[in-house]
Amino acid sequence: MPVVKAVTCPVCGCLCDDIELTIENGKIVKVKNGCAMCEAKFLGYCCEHRVLRPMIRKNGELVKVSLKKAIERAAQILAEANYPVLYGWSNTSCEATSVGIELAEEVGGVIDNTSVVCHGPSILSLQEVGLPGCTLGQVRHRADLVIYWGSNPWSSHPRHIERYTTFSEGRFEKSAWRGYISKTRALIGLKKIKSAFRRTLLKKEPPVPEYFEKKPYPSMQKEGRKLIVIDVRRTRSADIADYFIQVEPNKDYELFQAFRALVRDQEIEVDKVAGVPVEYLEEVVDEMVSCNFGAIFFGLGLTMSGAKWRNIDAAISLVRDLNMRTKFVIMPMRGHYNVTGANVVSTWQTGYSYAVDFSLGYPRYNPGETTVVDILLRKDSDAALVVASDPVSNFPKKAAEHLVENPLIVIDPHMNVTSQVADVVIPSAFAGIEAEGTAYRMDHVPIPLKKVVEPPPGILPDEEILRRILHEVRKIKKAKEAS
Amino acid sequence: MEKPSKLKVTLVTGRTIEQGVGKEHGKSSEEYVESVTVCYMDPEDMKKLGIKENTNILVSTEFGSVVVKAVKSIRTPHPGIVFIPYGPWANVVVDPETNSIGMPSFKGIPAEVEPALDKPILSLKELLKKQFRKG
Repeated sequence: MPVVKAVTCPVCGCLCDDIELTIENGKIVKVKNGCAMCEAKFLGYCCEHRVLRPMIRKNGELVKVSLKKAIERAAQILAEANYPVLYGWSNTSCEATSVGIELAEEVGGVIDNTSVVCHGPSILSLQEVGLPGCTLGQVRHRADLVIYWGSNPWSSHPRHIERYTTFSEGRFEKSAWRGYISKTRALIGLKKIKSAFRRTLLKKEPPVPEYFEKKPYPSMQKEGRKLIVIDVRRTRSADIADYFIQVEPNKDYELFQAFRALVRDQEIEVDKVAGVPVEYLEEVVDEMVSCNFGAIFFGLGLTMSGAKWRNIDAAISLVRDLNMRTKFVIMPMRGHYNVTGANVVSTWQTGYSYAVDFSLGYPRYNPGETTVVDILLRKDSDAALVVASDPVSNFPKKAAEHLVENPLIVIDPHMNVTSQVADVVIPSAFAGIEAEGTAYRMDHVPIPLKKVVEPPPGILPDEEILRRILHEVRKIKKAKEAS
Repeated sequence: MEKPSKLKVTLVTGRTIEQGVGKEHGKSSEEYVESVTVCYMDPEDMKKLGIKENTNILVSTEFGSVVVKAVKSIRTPHPGIVFIPYGPWANVVVDPETNSIGMPSFKGIPAEVEPALDKPILSLKELLKKQFRKG
């Protein structure tokens, strides 16, 4: 059985490129090195939820049609619309996004990618204050302190810790995996002793002092790589951390400013900030200042709550302050595998990384006005094209309502929630499995996506489908001008 | 002591590994639906409401309400915080306000939780029909 090595995993922003796939009779039968999500994608891509024929809604029901007909209908909807929205792009190749932008310009619509409901606020902040970053390779080889803030990599980027940060074997920093194993064993032992006590002597839980859970483990004083997790709830990532800070919801901004004050050797005159005792913050700041190379990875916990983009502003400012004392970098934990690529391609072609409005004939960018959720909430758009995304399942109900009310075209391999309420459904090949392309990792490193198996008969890649729609739109416009 | 019928909490929505695997299997798959129709609660909060694991609960915010299944969090304590994985069910109750930056509030939303033993969890088809009269 042929084994394809060094395959890039098209799931999350980690873009792990060491996946090994075993192919049998044109199907993937075994996945090596991947995480749970990677395995689910490679083994489950061709399941019963796959759409194999294009569909158009007639009398309230989706009926199968030919690809030509579906493309014509899609082009007609887009050409007739006054203010269409072209949304998605994070789960497909850069090449498809590039054609999508051309299409948006042609139809005078708005092109927005999923970073608007993901790291859009981070982009806004870094446009204001910059971003001291580096590649993940640098973090892997040099970082001795890693902080995950508002992010749960164990669930969202399962191999991030293992490949790029604390548990990776770097050239100058060793993996902290062994320490984690012994810590886990010690904790299990402690749990057993506690439960034995409970069963035999006390019959109830011994009283736990307040903030006991937030006290540092003895491993904080250990040598080597350290991991700090800051989140509103204890996650699996928090369990493996050397230090976990449980911040009150929507109070990250206060915590950042407290950290900034402490890094600048200022006194804080309260006992607690965002529900965390200041003495614990002081310990963490000592760690931050005394490390050689620190990295903060922040997730949607910061961009989706409280001060939103001002959180990121504060985070980047904290890193700037820390850089006066030691070396520190910061990086957003990008969710979908090519959301960074969507931003990059959009920036090349239009000058802006998301929410680009072509309705005046030239690119315009005004987050809050040209961002897709705002357009939908204002009920401005009159049609939508969704590529490799599922906004009906990911947007707040009120925004999704307007999307569904108007003609909706979906290009996606699976029957997702948006496809189920769409008017035109065009199935596509999976980029990275059935189609080649390029994707950008979360640290802006471009990585090629491989084609490992053939797509089902008649199924085209996103790029080709978009090209055909664009061709059709141009034909309709030409015919209109001639008449 | 009488149990309170409602509990004021802060709602956080986000990614779980089950939801991540479910979405790759397909949004219509059973795995996906099962992974996103749950609400992780602190066991102490569940005690306060007098509910057991896998009881249906009604989560309401000023933007809507949805029935999901209460599940005990393994990692505690986080009193007053409930967690629902991203998905069509969670999005019925999240805050669409974007504060003029395009980003709705998916996390940190004031909410109320109450037991809803007699109310069923809607299937994806029923949910879409109810919300959009389509699908």
